[in-house]
Amino acid sequence: MALSVLAPEFIIKRDPDLCIECGVCSRQCSFDTHTIDPEDGSITSDAIRCCGCQRCASLCPTGALTIIERELTGRSHPNWTLGAQRNIARQAETGGMLLTGMGSDKPYKNIWDHLVLNASQVTNPSIDPLREPMELRTYLGSKPDRVEFDDDGNLLSEIGPLLELDVPIMFSAMSYGSISLNACKSLAAAAAQSGTYFNTGEGGLHRDLYQYSDRAIVQVASGRFGVNPEYLAHSAAVEIKIGQGAKPGIGGHLPGEKVTADISQTRMIPMGADAISPAPHHDIYSIEDLKQLIYALKEATNYTKPISVKIAAVNNVIPIASGCVRAGADIVAIDGVRGGSGATPTVIRDNVGIPIEFAIAAVDSQLRKENIRNQASIVAAGGFRNSADIMKAIALGADAVYIGTSALIALGCHMCQKCYTGKCTWGIATQDPYLTKRLNPEIGTRRAANLLRAWGLEMKEMLGGMGMDSIDSLRGNREMLRGIGLTKEELEILDVAPAGM
Amino acid sequence: MHRLPPFKIHAACGTCGIIDRKRNRFRVHDLVNAMANMRERGNGLGAGFVAYGIFPDHADDYCLQTMLLDAAALDRTREYLNSVCTVVHDEVIPTRKTATITDEPLLWRFFVQPLAEKVAAKAEWTEQDYMVDVVMTINRDIDGAYVASSGKNMGIFKGVGYPEPIAEYYRLEDYEGYIWISHTRFPTNTGGWWGGAHPFGILDWSIVHNGEISSYGVNKRYVQSWGYECTLFTDSEVISYLFDLLCRKHGLSIEMASLAMAPPEWEQIDVEQQPELKKLYSAMRQVYPGALLNGPFAVIAGHEGGMVGLSDRLKLRPLAAAEKGDKGYIASEEAAIWAAAGQPDRSWPIDAGKPVRFDLQEA
Repeated sequence: MALSVLAPEFIIKRDPDLCIECGVCSRQCSFDTHTIDPEDGSITSDAIRCCGCQRCASLCPTGALTIIERELTGRSHPNWTLGAQRNIARQAETGGMLLTGMGSDKPYKNIWDHLVLNASQVTNPSIDPLREPMELRTYLGSKPDRVEFDDDGNLLSEIGPLLELDVPIMFSAMSYGSISLNACKSLAAAAAQSGTYFNTGEGGLHRDLYQYSDRAIVQVASGRFGVNPEYLAHSAAVEIKIGQGAKPGIGGHLPGEKVTADISQTRMIPMGADAISPAPHHDIYSIEDLKQLIYALKEATNYTKPISVKIAAVNNVIPIASGCVRAGADIVAIDGVRGGSGATPTVIRDNVGIPIEFAIAAVDSQLRKENIRNQASIVAAGGFRNSADIMKAIALGADAVYIGTSALIALGCHMCQKCYTGKCTWGIATQDPYLTKRLNPEIGTRRAANLLRAWGLEMKEMLGGMGMDSIDSLRGNREMLRGIGLTKEELEILDVAPAGM
Repeated sequence: MHRLPPFKIHAACGTCGIIDRKRNRFRVHDLVNAMANMRERGNGLGAGFVAYGIFPDHADDYCLQTMLLDAAALDRTREYLNSVCTVVHDEVIPTRKTATITDEPLLWRFFVQPLAEKVAAKAEWTEQDYMVDVVMTINRDIDGAYVASSGKNMGIFKGVGYPEPIAEYYRLEDYEGYIWISHTRFPTNTGGWWGGAHPFGILDWSIVHNGEISSYGVNKRYVQSWGYECTLFTDSEVISYLFDLLCRKHGLSIEMASLAMAPPEWEQIDVEQQPELKKLYSAMRQVYPGALLNGPFAVIAGHEGGMVGLSDRLKLRPLAAAEKGDKGYIASEEAAIWAAAGQPDRSWPIDAGKPVRFDLQEA
C-alpha cells in the first residue's frame, strides 16, 4: 500500500528538559507511538500513530509530554470541509467503511442544553434533601392500572416482577468482548453497590459475574450469544436487543481475533471465530414475532423477570414503542442518536436515528394517550453527560436512563474513539491481557459507584429545589421544564412551554 | 371564560367544611362566620361554597351548574345537553346584585338525566362515565361554557370575591344542606377568575384546597390518560378528578385513595413490620406514582357519603378537625371552627397524610 498522505491528527510535544527517557510513554502506548532507540535509549514519537488518548501524557512522571489536537490544515471550503476531504482520502487509501467508536461527535443541536429546570420559591416550599427523605427509588416493569381488593379489603393485586432501582440510572449494555472483563466487573460491582443494574450486552454473562446475577440485565441479541437457561436464570431481567442508538439497523461484529478462550466460552462460540450478531433476529420479522419471543422468555423465566425490548430512536419510534408495549414488553429501552458503540461505521453513527429527547417525549405522550403507560417503563439512553440531562429526561417521561459513555469515562476512558481497534490504552475496550490489567476492578468499581452517588446527590438537590420529595413527581412533569432557543415545532413535540411562560 | 389574567399573587387559602352526620339540613350562616374569621387567608380573588342536599325535589337528577360567557354560550350548552341528556328542568341560578361582585358570567343550572341508549352505546361506560364525558365535552369544546358542578343533589357556587359577598350574591341563605364547604382564595398559580375559584367538582365530588402541588404536571397527565380534561390550569382541579378516578372508577376506599395521594415514604415502608402492610404500601406506590400529590396541600373534599380532610405527607399546610354533637368540622384553623360553632366537643389537628372522615348516616 502507498504511504498515507494524511497528516497526523495530534501534535506530540516532548519537553527535552523534562523528559528523563524512562520509557513509560513507550510502554503505555498500545499504538506504538513512542519508540525507544535500543542503542542510546532515546525516545522518538510518531504522531501519525497517536490517537489522542492522553495515556502517555497522564502517566509521564515528569510531565514532559503534551498531546494536543492538531487543527486540520489545507484549503478550506464551506462544502468540502477539511474533515470531509480527510475522510475521502482515508477511504481512498483503504477502500473500506470508516469505522469509529463511541457516540456521534456531530454537533447536532443538543436539546438538553436548550431546556432548563424549575425551582420552587414561595408558594410551594423547596425541600432540603439533607434534612428530609428524598426518594429516587424507581421500579421498572409492568404495573396494573389499578390496585384491587377483595370484599374484606385484602389486597388482590400482584405487582411485578419489577426492578428496584435506588437511583434511576443503570449501566448500558456493554458486552464482554467490546469491553474487558475488568470493566464488566467494575460496572457489575458498582451497580450492586449502588442499588441499580448493569447490562451484559450481547456478550453473554461471564461466570465471574454470576455473583451479581440479581443486578444483571442479560441481553438476548440476534446472535443469541451465551443464551441458555443458566444465563436466563442468572439475571434480574432479560432484554431483547433490536436496535442501538449508534447504529440503528446495523448489527454487531466482534472480530475473531478478540474472541479469546474466555469470550468463546461466555458467548458459546468457537475461539477465534467472528461473533456476528446481525440487526435482524432471524425469528423476528414482525411485531407478532417479537411478541412470541417476549412470551417465550417470560415462559422460560417463569414470569419472574421483566422483559425489556431495546430499540434505537428512529423516525417511527412512537408506533414502534407502542407496539413493543402491546406485544408484552415490560420495559422499552430507547437509545438515541448520540448513543455510544464499540465499533460502528462512522456514516451510520453520524447520520441515522433521532435525538433521544424527542423520542422520550413523543413515546411517553403516546403511551399515556393510549392509556398503556403503566404497562411498561421507559428507559432512555444515548449520551447522558450529567445529572441535569437525566433530570430533564425524567421530566420528559423516562422512568430511568442507561449510561454507557459516561460510565466508561468514570472508569478512565479519554474518548479517543478507537474502541474498535481493541488497543484501548486505558484497559477498557480491549481484550489484550497486557492492557486489561490497567483497569483495576476495585478502583473501577469505586469510580463508577462514585459517579452514581454524586449524580444521585445532585438529583436530590434539584428535586428538592422543585418542591418534590419523590422522583415519581418529576416523571413526565413537563411543567418543570422550559425551553430556550427551541422552535415552536420542537416545543410542541416536547410539550414544553418556552421560558417566560 | 378561559381567559386568564396575566398576573400571579402568592400566598395561602382558607378552607372550612361543616357536616351534619344525621343529614339534618342547615343553613350557611355558621360557615360564613367561619370564613369571615379567616379573611386574611384570602385576597378577594376567589371564593366559593358547595352544599349537599340542597335539591331534594331533583335528588335523582344530575345538576349541572354552569358558568357561561353570554347568551350564545347558554344556547350552545343547552343545544348540546339536549342532544345527550333529557333536560328535566333548567333555570337561572338565583343571584342578587351586590356592591363588590362584578364581571359575573351568566349562571344557569340544568337538571338532567343521561340518555340511556347513548350510555349503552359504549360497553365500558357507566352512567357516571358518560356524565363525566358530557362535562369534559362542555369544558373543552363549548366556547364560553364551563361546568362548575355536576353531581346529584348538590351544587357549587363560586366567583371572584371574598366568601361573604359570594354567599350574599348567590342568595345562599335560601338553601338548606347537610354538608357545606367553603374556600377563600389567595391565587398562586392562576389569577383570579370565576372558573378558577374553588370548590372544584366532578359528579358528586367537590374539593377545596390550600397549597400548591409541585407534582401538578404529573397528576394532570395521569388523569388525562383516564379521560379527564384539565381545562382550568390549576392543581386544585386535578385533585377533584383524582378523587373521582380513584374512588369511583378504581373502586378504592377513601383511605386507599388517600394512601395513593399521600403515601408513606419508602424509608417508612422499608421498616414496616407487618408484611401485609408493607406489600400494600409498596403496591400503592408502584401502581399510583401519577396520583402522588407532591408539595404542600390541605384538602377538604365533599362527596355523597360525607366529608373528608386530607393533608400532605409532610403536613406543610394546616388543617384541623372537630366535632360537636352530630356535626363534624374541618378547617384551616381551629379558630374558624370556634367562630362557626363555639367550643367544640373535641378537636384535633389532622395528621400528615391521614384522612379524617365524617360520614353521613344512611338516609
